[in-house]
Amino acid sequence: MSESSIPDAGAARSGAQGAALHREYLYRYALLQLRDASRAEDVVQETLLAAMESQDRFAGKSSLRTWLTGILKHKIIDVFRKQAREVPLESGGASESDEEFAGLHFDKQRTDHWHTFPQTWGDPERSLEDKRFWEVFDQCSKQMPPQIARAFYMREIMGLETDEICKELSITATNCWVMLYRARMSLRQCLELRWFSAR
Amino acid sequence: MLTCKQVSELVSHAQDRRLGWFERWRMHVHLRVCEGCRNFESQIGFMRRAIRRHPLLRDEDRDPPQR
Repeated sequence: MSESSIPDAGAARSGAQGAALHREYLYRYALLQLRDASRAEDVVQETLLAAMESQDRFAGKSSLRTWLTGILKHKIIDVFRKQAREVPLESGGASESDEEFAGLHFDKQRTDHWHTFPQTWGDPERSLEDKRFWEVFDQCSKQMPPQIARAFYMREIMGLETDEICKELSITATNCWVMLYRARMSLRQCLELRWFSAR
Repeated sequence: MLTCKQVSELVSHAQDRRLGWFERWRMHVHLRVCEGCRNFESQIGFMRRAIRRHPLLRDEDRDPPQR
C-alpha cells in the first residue's frame, strides 16, 4: 500500500466540494476535444462521479484540478477508443495513401518541393489574444479528419507520449507519427491560408 | 540532400520522438539553405505553444496567460 491510500479526511472533504467548482473548466477541456456538447457533458458527469467514489484516493499531492483532469483524460480516451472502433480507418479520413497526401503539399515533378513555400508568420504570438484567430483555429482543427484529430488532441492537449497513443488507439508507432504529421500539415496550411496570409 | 517533404516529416517527428544524430544533421543541412522549411519549423513550434493557450483551456483566475 502506498502512502497515498491513507485517506486524508480534510483533502477528501474539500475534494467533494471543490470538484463542482472545476466543472466548467472540465467541460471546456472535454468540449475542445470531443467537439460535441452533450458528449462533453456526459464525460464530465462521469468524471465527477468517479471522483466522488474515489475521493479518498485524492491525497492532495497534486492540485484538485490536476487530479480531476487526469480522470477526465481517461474518460475522453474511452470515447476516442469507441469512436475509433465504430468508424473504421478507411472512413475515418486517414484514407489517403502517403503519396496522395504528399501530393497535396509537394510537387513530385520538382523533387518534392513545396507547392507553396511556407511563408513567414511574423510575430504569431500576437494572434493568440485575438478572438478571430481562435475562430479560424477552431474551423481549421475541425477540418482535420476525426481519426487524425483524435491522435493530435491526445498528443497536444493531453500531452500523451506517442507510445501511449499507439496503445490506446491500437496503432503502430509509425502510423501514429504519420497521423500527427498529417494533422500538423493540415492545420498549418489552413492557418496560413485563412489567417496569416489572409490579413 | 533531403527533400522538403522529407524535412517536413522530420520536423514533425522531432516533436514526437528523439531524432538520431544523422537525421538531425541532415535536417539542419537542409534548413540552413531552405527558408520555406525554416518557416515551417517555426510554425510547427508555434502551433504547439498556441494550442496550450486555447481560450477553452484558459482560466484567467488560476492560470493567467504568460505575457
